[in-house]
Amino acid sequence: MAQEHNLAIFRGQLKFKSNVSKIWGVFLLLSIVTTVEVALGITKPDFLTSNTFMALKYLNWIFIILTLVKAYYITWDFMHMRDEKSFLRRIVVWTLVFYIAYLIYIILVEGNYIFDVYKEGFVKFDF
Amino acid sequence: MEATVVKTGTDQKTWDGGNKPLNASYGKMMMWFFIVSDALTFSGFLASYGFSRYKFIDSWPIADEVFTHFPFLHGVEAPMYYVAFMTFILIFSSVTMVLAVDAGHHMKKNKVIFYLFLTIIGGAIFVGSQAWEWGTFIKGSYGAVETKGGKILQFLNTEGDRVAIGDFAISIPTERVQQNSNDGIWFQSESAATSVSLDEVTAGFLANESLLIRTQYLDENGERTILSREESVAKLQADGIGIVEGANLKHNEYGTPLFADFFFFITGFHGFHVFSGVMINLIIFFNVILGTYERRGHYEMVEKVGLYWHFVDLVWVFVFTFFYLV
Repeated sequence: MAQEHNLAIFRGQLKFKSNVSKIWGVFLLLSIVTTVEVALGITKPDFLTSNTFMALKYLNWIFIILTLVKAYYITWDFMHMRDEKSFLRRIVVWTLVFYIAYLIYIILVEGNYIFDVYKEGFVKFDF
Repeated sequence: MEATVVKTGTDQKTWDGGNKPLNASYGKMMMWFFIVSDALTFSGFLASYGFSRYKFIDSWPIADEVFTHFPFLHGVEAPMYYVAFMTFILIFSSVTMVLAVDAGHHMKKNKVIFYLFLTIIGGAIFVGSQAWEWGTFIKGSYGAVETKGGKILQFLNTEGDRVAIGDFAISIPTERVQQNSNDGIWFQSESAATSVSLDEVTAGFLANESLLIRTQYLDENGERTILSREESVAKLQADGIGIVEGANLKHNEYGTPLFADFFFFITGFHGFHVFSGVMINLIIFFNVILGTYERRGHYEMVEKVGLYWHFVDLVWVFVFTFFYLV
């Protein structure tokens, strides 16, 4: 059952000779990203924690973006999404992205509202 | 008449069966179905964690003040190093799994066996580490006083270092014993008496002028608020109702009990996935050794289980970010 593998990552910028060397390349990438995350999490540089973008610290934006990068490479290369039909990719990814984005938006707004009621509202438990 | 003949030989049409929609086999497709639904379950958990955190945004525990332990290094502050180690273990076991899948494509039985074995070892190390994390979290480190409002008061010396309650409490001999349901009122019992009582801690705190109290609330820099000596004494005497050592579903010496609940629930559910993954890996490991897939002519089963195993790794990537980093 010889299977065709798409061996190029970074939009074709980096092409591996074999599937095994691609796996090790992706592992190296994931390790570097994780090391960066842990290093930032331990040092917590001041300019990243004191500035915010859309009510979220720069540091947290970096963590979330790096997590999505890792998720992309695990799904695309370890779970072989890169080699699947494009509609299988869309069925899986679009469904999850839509539902999760909606869920996070609505639930965090609600949590923030309850925080405000606890903090500033005159009525404590009327919701 | 050729045009009016009804053709039933539709064997090359997409929906006639016998071929693979989206070029994925039945088993692989169903594994993707499962992964999508399980991903939604985990996002529900993590989103509800986010909900509770936003609800108590000014008093939520800071994860790298909670998970500061490393095996065999007692008293060393090592925030997150052990979790980072666990993350690497899981990513590496994902790599060995994908190498096993690749070896399966080339029908190299011995390589599949070797890589599957490494994957199982990695998974076992991860589950063991998770159990150790739970153990340290349940046992706790410094102890704290709980207030009437269910908040936590922690103790610092003037240098700003944490002080364990057992270190400054003055021993007051009492008749206090653990209450069991077989003595006294049958429906009242307690799991274990704390090592020191609130009176002992209060007496020790009053006797030691250098101690301060740190509350659960975060100031504008994201640091815990530290009370002055006068405020500390007043707070402890007015609001303290009990001692908390470690964490369980009702009390948590590190802060909001909800944090402990979510920790047990989310990492527990993920750990259960890892455990099931190790079990399924073991089953196919023995099947590979017995030559089941060799006789079947393909190693697709390894690939399907591999999908599950990578998914478990993927979930951990998100749990790691949202529980320990953010």
